[in-house]
Amino acid sequence: MANKQQKTPEQRRYQQRVNEKMPRSKTLSQCIRAFISGGIICSIGQLVHDIGEKWLMLDEKGVAAFTAIIMVFLGASLTGLGVYDKIGSWSGAGSIVPITGFANSIVSPAMEFKREGFVTGTAAKMFVIAGPVLVYGIGSSVIVGLIYALLRA
Amino acid sequence: MDSVMQSGKRMGNQTLVFSNPGAVISSGTIAGPMEGKGPLGEHFDTVLKEDTWGEDSWEKAERKMFEQAVRRAMEKAELNSGDVDCLLGGDLLNQIISANFAARELKMPFLGLYGACSTMAESLLIGGMLLDGGYADCVACTAVSHFSTAERQYRNPLEMGGQTTPTAQRTVTGAGCSIAAGPNYSGSRIYRNIFITAGTIGKVVDLGITDANNMGAAMAPAAADTLAAHLSDTGRGVMDYDLVVTGDLGSFGSEMFIDLCRDNGIDIQDRHMDCGNMIFAPEQKVDCGGSGCGCSASVLNAYLLDKIEKGELRRIFFMATGALLSPTSSMQSESIPGIAHGVVLERK
Repeated sequence: MANKQQKTPEQRRYQQRVNEKMPRSKTLSQCIRAFISGGIICSIGQLVHDIGEKWLMLDEKGVAAFTAIIMVFLGASLTGLGVYDKIGSWSGAGSIVPITGFANSIVSPAMEFKREGFVTGTAAKMFVIAGPVLVYGIGSSVIVGLIYALLRA
Repeated sequence: MDSVMQSGKRMGNQTLVFSNPGAVISSGTIAGPMEGKGPLGEHFDTVLKEDTWGEDSWEKAERKMFEQAVRRAMEKAELNSGDVDCLLGGDLLNQIISANFAARELKMPFLGLYGACSTMAESLLIGGMLLDGGYADCVACTAVSHFSTAERQYRNPLEMGGQTTPTAQRTVTGAGCSIAAGPNYSGSRIYRNIFITAGTIGKVVDLGITDANNMGAAMAPAAADTLAAHLSDTGRGVMDYDLVVTGDLGSFGSEMFIDLCRDNGIDIQDRHMDCGNMIFAPEQKVDCGGSGCGCSASVLNAYLLDKIEKGELRRIFFMATGALLSPTSSMQSESIPGIAHGVVLERK
């Protein structure tokens, strides 16, 4: 395999030159955008949370579920309407990290692979992006849970 | 020097010289909505209003673009499908389905090609050989790519929100077809002055770039290699060409290409143009420019051929560049092999 081979001096020189001249991501401005947009999304989440708590008189668990449901609904709807990718190209991590981004990562492949059928397309490809998050998220929570149980015992 | 070129069919290690050069007699182009709004918008035969073109999938739209580019080129020169002896072409999708399925409709003898984004030059090169060898009197050389099908094959779903890296390029939704004919052809034509006189078969060059979002830099070494081989094989200099056209190096890839040529002692800066830089305007926010085999195919057939026909360009070296990666090879962190094939298009 090519990537296992030693790099030739020519390859090393070229890669160094590419790295020097490559246009860079504007990290600072992207961080600021992510901060603002992520903050706005989380503020909306807080608003939904407060509505659930103060108006709908939900208990602590109920509020958490209510907020997650509404935010996922919003993220999924905006994806379906073709808006979320435009928000994403401006916000970067600001719209990827919140739960709305998680909804986007599931709905977008589900929509795209509809043409391959509901079973072999939508259902099979739905978790193509979010799958690793679920696998490692659930996997690590199992490990943490075990450690917690052992420490308590 | 040109008299030397007439004597044999081959020069140097990689270059073919056509003693009975084929002539480009017609062309057809289809472009997507965004390409239509770009600087070359008015030159395309058909600009799509929406990128599915009335089909129920992008893949179907892409194959329709391939088919219609060929039909458009035939219509313009008033050719019937029986007049084309061989259809050559390809696209970027797995198993080149766009070209294969379009060829099913076109019902012509067909050679499917895969050279990634170098396909347009590859098809002209092989088409030139068929005509020169007398194996065909009329060939159709075609390539197509589609932004949405390429995105879903190589990258993320379209509705997925995220940012592109500054070196990324946008796959062009476009198709281009050149119909070329040999010396025995006596039918109608829309171009009279454009000949495919030589070609240089590229080598696969890989300088170890692994970033699939930096394909311009991955392909630049192949382009520099092919150009150097062409010039040394033919004994020509850059000054013998009005223009050296690369396919889709984009702005950063072009910078690296010019740099590498300078290393080889070739000063190309003022004679180089890249189709990826021509097809979109900077305000269209496409990072480093256009890519895809439809990029060089549509720019050549919509714009450059006209310039040669009108005499604004006398001789060009058209060199389409391909990044020979697959989603699997990228996932396995393999580097990206590049290739560039060149053809000489000139007035006679």
